[in-house]
This record gives sequence, structure tokens and C-alpha cells, in this order.
Amino acid sequence: MFDGPSVVAALEDCGVTHVVWLPDSDIGRWEPALRTASCLQLLRVCREGEAIALAAGLHLGGKRPIVLIQCTGLFEAGDSLRNIVHDLHLPLFLVIGVRSYHAHQRGASTDSCPIFTEPILRAWQLPYVLLDDRHRAADLAAAYRQAQAKNQAFAVLLPE
Amino acid sequence: MMTLREALEILAHHRGQRIVIATMSSASVWPSLSDTPLDFIYVPSAMGQGPSLAHGLALAQPERGVIVLNGDGCMLMNLGCLVTLAEHPANVYLLIIDNGLYEVTGGQPTPGAGRIDFAALARAVGIARVYSYDNASAWRAGAAEALTGPGPVVIWLKVEGRLGQSAPKAPRPMAEQIQRLRQAITEQIPEPPS
Repeated sequence: MFDGPSVVAALEDCGVTHVVWLPDSDIGRWEPALRTASCLQLLRVCREGEAIALAAGLHLGGKRPIVLIQCTGLFEAGDSLRNIVHDLHLPLFLVIGVRSYHAHQRGASTDSCPIFTEPILRAWQLPYVLLDDRHRAADLAAAYRQAQAKNQAFAVLLPE
Repeated sequence: MMTLREALEILAHHRGQRIVIATMSSASVWPSLSDTPLDFIYVPSAMGQGPSLAHGLALAQPERGVIVLNGDGCMLMNLGCLVTLAEHPANVYLLIIDNGLYEVTGGQPTPGAGRIDFAALARAVGIARVYSYDNASAWRAGAAEALTGPGPVVIWLKVEGRLGQSAPKAPRPMAEQIQRLRQAITEQIPEPPS
């Protein structure tokens, strides 16, 4: 289970400097903790492609940003993702909420988001891990550290 | 009206130690005017994302200004970046180089060409320092003021469209550009924007 304070603490412990985000109804609950964090800055953007490019600029300038978005925004942001990960080769780290994942697993949703999220990440050749309710913020931090150690772009999916 | 080259020649006199990010049509001209490690030719790019890349760089390096050369077509693909720039102010100097065309795809008109007031758009989202120039004399006279002081600054330049242009190419591979830029940022201590 993830909550704002534990996620912020884990990110700060990793040395993350900026969270570039466009919230959804699940990760949006983290906003108070992100907004009041002492060691990282919350950057609100208008679209997810913009989030990825802004994070890339932060990377180029020596900072350690992550991008926090919903899968719907991932679908919109393909060109940015392609460019930053595969042309600029920056180790972008994304945390992506997967809308309707749990309902889809129960057969209780017709939302197409869960159907396409993982295939799209594979198509963009972006390695990822899915962290469900059994995981904790420490697992998110471990994924971040592992990706940074490999200097590799990476995504964490959070089922919603 | 002025040519793209005239507009960029004037900028070259005033850019100082700031990073310059060039996209699309500007990317085909800027390397002939300046090719230092602080010149970043954003090719290949993500469509419309030059200003956001510049914004991130400026937030990371607050003491160093970042100039971004963006066409009207690129601007229309990411108008939200103006709102984000107003929300998180930084020393970004966004030059909207408006020729009313998608120049590198054969000169097709951009939507709203000749009707869009980019200066009004920028002001409407809360960016206070906004300048417009539609000829070289005015831009030459105003460039020093527009490019002095803290950002964000939006400068709308109306330039002549060019037909028969091909897609721009970067003067060196992206990995080398990034390595040069990072090294320059680390080694060169800028004077803060005054």
C-alpha cells in the first residue's frame, strides 16, 4: 500500500529533487505530502508529454526528477517518451497509475486502460515493474535506485 | 517583416552566456551563427517540447538563463507550456518565431496563421514580460531590453516564411551535444541574469 507521506519519504531518501506530475484520483491523494515536502519540489504541468520534456531538462541540468502520471497521459505522451528515452537516452523514471486495473482483473470494467498500458510500454521498449497493494514505498525506492544504477529509463506501474 | 536569419543574428549579439536551444527551422540556421557547447540543437526532437525542455533546464540551473527558439507550429502543439512557465517561473526566454508555416514539411499554413496573438496568449496566462517585433529594426532596438533581466520572457518575432526547406540536422550526434552541454554547465560559472 502506498500513501503520500511514505512515498515522499522514500523519494527524498533516494535524492529525488523534483516530482513532475499530473495527478489522477488515486495518486492525487499524495498531493498534500508532495506539496509540503522539504527536499523535493512539486511541478504541476498541463499535459504528460510536457512532463516528460520538463523532466528531461531537469536531468540535463543535473537534477534528479521523476514523472508521476496516469496511464491515460502515458498514451498521450508517446512522442516525448520516444524522444527522451531513445534519442536523448536519459534515464527517465516514471510512476504511472493504471486506471481500472483492479476492476478489470475482476471482470467488472470495460475501461480499455488496463488492456493497453503494458503493451504500450513494451512497444516503447521501456522496462517496467508493477507494484500492487502488497508492495510498499520502499519497493518504489528500490526500483528507482536500481534504474539509476543502470542509468536506465524505467517505469513503475501502480494498479488502481 | 524580417528574415529568420536576421532575427537570429540579432539574438546572437545578445545571448550572452545563456544556453540556446534551437528547434525546427531555427535549428537549420543557428549553428552557422553560434556553435558553442551552450548551443543545443534539439534535433531529433519531441514535437513542440522545446520550451518544456528549456524550462526544466532553467529550473535546474536558476543562475543561468535558457533561450529557446520555437516556431509557431511547435508552439501550437504545446500551448500549455506557457501556463506551466507562469506557474513555475524560471529564467526562460521563449522566442516564438512566427512564419505562419510548417516550413520543414513544405510550407503548409499553420492553423490560425496570421490571426493568433501569441503575445496576448502569453500575457493571459500570467507572463508579465512579453515583447513583440515584426521587423528587424524594431527587434534590433528592443533586443537588449527584452533579453535583460529575469525570466520568464516571451518574445514574439514575425518572420518571413521560407519555402523549399528540408528537415534540419544537428551538427553533431545527440550524445555528444549532451556531453558538451553538461560539461559547459559544470565548468562555466555564469553571471546571473541582471
